Amino acid sequence: MSCKELVELATEYLERTMPDAERARLERHLESCPGCVNYLKQMEHTLTILGHIPEQGISREAQDELVGVFRKWKNESR
Amino acid sequence: METLEVTPGAPPDEEMLPRIRQGDEAAFCELVERYNASLIRVARSYVKDQSVAEEVAQEAWIGFLKGLDRFEGRAALRTWLFRILTNKAKDRVQKDRRYLPLSSLVKTETMGDDPALDPELFQGPDEIKPGHWSSWAPGRWARDPEQKLLTKEVMARAEAAIAELPEVQRAVLTLRDLQGFTSEEACGILDITETNQRVLLHRGRSKVRQALDRYFSTGKEAEPFQTR
Repeated sequence: MSCKELVELATEYLERTMPDAERARLERHLESCPGCVNYLKQMEHTLTILGHIPEQGISREAQDELVGVFRKWKNESR
Repeated sequence: METLEVTPGAPPDEEMLPRIRQGDEAAFCELVERYNASLIRVARSYVKDQSVAEEVAQEAWIGFLKGLDRFEGRAALRTWLFRILTNKAKDRVQKDRRYLPLSSLVKTETMGDDPALDPELFQGPDEIKPGHWSSWAPGRWARDPEQKLLTKEVMARAEAAIAELPEVQRAVLTLRDLQGFTSEEACGILDITETNQRVLLHRGRSKVRQALDRYFSTGKEAEPFQTR
C-alpha cells in the first residue's frame, strides 16, 4: 500500500468499515511509515476537535420567537 | 470516537421529553440550545441562505411540537427532530426554484476526483517509491495534544473550515462528527446511500484536517495545496 492510497482510506479505517485483509495491509504499512502514522493521528485529532465544537447557542431574538412558538403550542394543546 | 460532550449532568434528550410534553419551557429551551445551530447548518445544505435556513429550523421546531403526541420513540428523539427538519427543507426546495434538490448536490460533491492531498506531495511513477511521501510528510500537531488541541482558536479554525465545505459534506460532517450520529442515522436523515455518506464524510474531514494542519504548521513548512 502506498501513502497516497492510505490517505484516501483513512476514513474507512477510522470508521472500521474496512475488510480485515485491507486493514492488515494498512497496518503493515504503518509499521514502517511515520508520515502516515502522523497523518492518521492528525485525522483523529481532527475528530476530537470537531467533537468539542460548542453549540453556537442561539440569538436572543430567535430564542424569543421559539419560546413564543412553544407557548402558543402549549395553549393550543391544553 | 469522541462525540459532542453534553454538559456534565445535563439530562439526556429522552428524559426531557415528558417534561416538554407537560409544557416545561426550560426543557424545551434546553433542547433548542442543544440542536438549533446544527439544525440550521443542516438546513443550509438544502437552502443556501442563512435566513431561510433559520426559518426552516423554526418550522422544524413547530413540526416537532405538533408531532410530540404522535412520537412513539421508535427512533431517537434527535433523529426524529432532524428528519422533521429535512422534510421541511425539502418542501422549501420544491417551492423555490432557486434551490437545487439535495440529490443533485450529492452527485456533484461525490463525483470525480477530490484527493485528500495534492498528488504532487507524493513521489511520481519514475521516482524510487512511487505513491510514497515525497519531500514533505505529515508532522505532529502537538506534543501535549489535549491542551493544545482544544483551544478557542483551534475551535474557531475548525468552524471556519466547516463553513467553507461544500453543502452536503458540511451536513454529513455536522451530523456525524459534531452531533455524533451513526452513519445509519445520518443516511436516514439526509436520505443518502451509505457509500455516498462515506465519500462525503471523507472529503469533508480531509478538508478540515488540511485547514487545521495549516494552522498547526504555521512557522514550519506549510502545506502548499488547496482542495476545491
